[in-house]
Amino acid sequence: MEGALKPDAIPTPAVDLTAPEPVRETQVFTAPEIMCGGCLRTIEAALADTPGIFNARANLSARRVTVTFDPEVTSPELVIAAIKNAGFSAAPLIEGRDEVHAARVSELMPRVGVAGFAAANIMLLSVSVWSGHASDMDEHMKALFHWISALIALPAIAYSGQPFFKSAYAALSARRLNMDVPISLGITLATAMSFVQTMRGTDHVYFDAATMLVFFLLIGRLLDEQMRARTRSAAENLMSLKALTATILDPDGTVRQIPSLNLQPGMTMIVATGERIAADGIVSDGLSEIDESLISGETLPKPVSRGDRVHAGTLNTAAPLRVATTATEDNTLLAELSRLMLAGEQTRGRYVRLADRAARLYAPAVHLLGLGTLIGWLVAGHGWEIALTNAIAVLIITCPCALALAVPAVQVAAISRLFGQGVLVKAADGLERLSEVDTIVFDKTGTLSLGEPSLALDQPIDADVLARAAGLAIMSRHPYAQAMVRAARARGIDFEPQLGVTEIPGSGLSSMTPEGEERLGSALFTGVTVIDPRQAASLWYARPGRAPVGFRFEDRLRSDAPATIAALQAAGYQLEILSGDRPDAVADAALALGVSAYKGGVRPDEKLARLTALKNEGRVALMVGDGLNDAPALAAGHASMSPSAAADIAQNAADAVFQGEKLGPVVEALKVARRAHRMALENFAIAMLYNIAFVPMAVMGYVTPLLAAIAMSTSSILVTGNALRLRSMKLKLAPVAASTDEDRP
Amino acid sequence: MTSLAWLIPAALFLGLLGLAAFLWALKNGQFEDLEGAGWRAIDDQPPGPQGGNKKPE
Repeated sequence: MEGALKPDAIPTPAVDLTAPEPVRETQVFTAPEIMCGGCLRTIEAALADTPGIFNARANLSARRVTVTFDPEVTSPELVIAAIKNAGFSAAPLIEGRDEVHAARVSELMPRVGVAGFAAANIMLLSVSVWSGHASDMDEHMKALFHWISALIALPAIAYSGQPFFKSAYAALSARRLNMDVPISLGITLATAMSFVQTMRGTDHVYFDAATMLVFFLLIGRLLDEQMRARTRSAAENLMSLKALTATILDPDGTVRQIPSLNLQPGMTMIVATGERIAADGIVSDGLSEIDESLISGETLPKPVSRGDRVHAGTLNTAAPLRVATTATEDNTLLAELSRLMLAGEQTRGRYVRLADRAARLYAPAVHLLGLGTLIGWLVAGHGWEIALTNAIAVLIITCPCALALAVPAVQVAAISRLFGQGVLVKAADGLERLSEVDTIVFDKTGTLSLGEPSLALDQPIDADVLARAAGLAIMSRHPYAQAMVRAARARGIDFEPQLGVTEIPGSGLSSMTPEGEERLGSALFTGVTVIDPRQAASLWYARPGRAPVGFRFEDRLRSDAPATIAALQAAGYQLEILSGDRPDAVADAALALGVSAYKGGVRPDEKLARLTALKNEGRVALMVGDGLNDAPALAAGHASMSPSAAADIAQNAADAVFQGEKLGPVVEALKVARRAHRMALENFAIAMLYNIAFVPMAVMGYVTPLLAAIAMSTSSILVTGNALRLRSMKLKLAPVAASTDEDRP
Repeated sequence: MTSLAWLIPAALFLGLLGLAAFLWALKNGQFEDLEGAGWRAIDDQPPGPQGGNKKPE
């Protein structure tokens, strides 16, 4: 820890830790490029050299850096600058909405430890007692062993079992049943009865079964929570890096950088060309074009001038702007979207998880069976004691260890498999909902397509012209200019940056050469008259004595989009494209992909309405989208996915986020979700088989503590082993269930 | 059989010792960065701020 302790500002070499320290502030930064041990050292050393930093600790597993610093000497921005100087990108961590879960892992860990200790030691004593049956162990020794077991088990269960007791209590207070109700009842009754039997000195002592049950179930729950914490932390890292910073112009003329979260209404932002606007506002100075594709799906840039409203997340493409920030409450767009998202969430309704659905059937059945056993033995003329013992034995045997592990074990295996493929499943029941989907609604811009302009491939372009134009374009941060440079590089064309290039904001680039002036820019700038409006998304290159050459740009589809769409169609999914972009651009994309149902120029409320309509038709829809305008639809879809480049609101609303340039992860997620659903059912079947085998014995009164311990662990291991197969299994996208076949022509 | 009188408490004590060590390690943040800890162990540079400041470039 002390390794990184070194405020340089203090001349003394050793830092006196007992001296009263100035104000300390601790902040976590995400640095996703931490890949190895050397990176830890580099970052920590770089931060130790930075004044005002007391302590820096890099974490390789989480790809984060925790920094304690003096806010009077340094600031989070300076810390980030120091990390960037060391060669790593970094951003202050923005924590997700539900921090409750992260706390749960740290709460479960010690409980697992205590339960493990108790289970191991009690099992040791129990094995001695069992083998005592075959040897010479006398009653006193047996009683002593039972008492020691009780001494360990009672406090251990009281402490370790709390997550189950609390959850069961919460469910019962809400007049519902979940899996924790039979678990809690089983554990409590087993412990209480064992204690009574210990006092009376009989054989039916189940302390080992009760602690083992708690231990196994806690492990299952811990793995589940840990996997979720891991995906959530990866999602937070993604979001944090995308968070915007703003360049602020103070009234006294100073310029500073602040994170967009700290922006206040009434500030003046300077937005450079090629930068994203950090907050909603009104243009106070400048003339530029704004790319709003992340907001509306529209790919054509929109011209803005003084007095126009601009939205957070949009890209300033043409010229620097000054923007006066406005309060969020004033923002009609965001307020409207939040209202729509709320409506969308209500459309989706409350989803009952598979395990809880099973519990609703299982819990009453088990409790009735226990009661039936009690009454049956009483009616048969045996005493209270035997009847009660057998009834509790039924509850212990049926206590759904395997059943409670059936779903979490599969979920952990499935989510970790998807995690490795760049799909972060954030919602707890996201995978289950994904498996039920039969209709998929895609957004176009940024989802099916890359959401950034690239040079259209359908035009013959002379390599020499492209080289000259790219030599001009490399001097600019305009998205079209950058697309031109990318296109030239992709074609392996060597070009040299041109000398003496000037950029005329809103028009283009020009450079003086011995032959005359070369220009790259808008049609007007290069002296071209454009008739076709679609040519507006274009650049023109003009040089003396030659006809100007036009370059058309398009929002290219993701490279594997056609293959992915074809695979989904082959599997029988109904596909639709709903986009806020121009109808003709949407039609082009739909034609290229072979999707017959599409609609362009769709507003956010119309997307939401379409998803509601699909639901009313009895379809189960997956929404895949990235824009702010998709957020209400993402909230309304039965399941939803977003690419990692999506707007933050969209990412928050989505059940899963997929990374990378490809669309394939959508298919992969569907495959794994469907398979996971099947395996969860398989696991239920295994658990049921176990019950069918052992419950009759319990009812008849043949179950002994030894038998209970063996049966319980075997079934748990079987279920977990079955689930683990999912990690390495080869998967095929199975056709969607037959019920939807008749809808299709 | 009388040896059990001290063997069982001794065994339980040792077990509790292990449990206490686990809980201490948990509270102390020993499991916070399992990947990084392995790398730190094979890092040649001395852990002190004086020696650790030189960036390997």
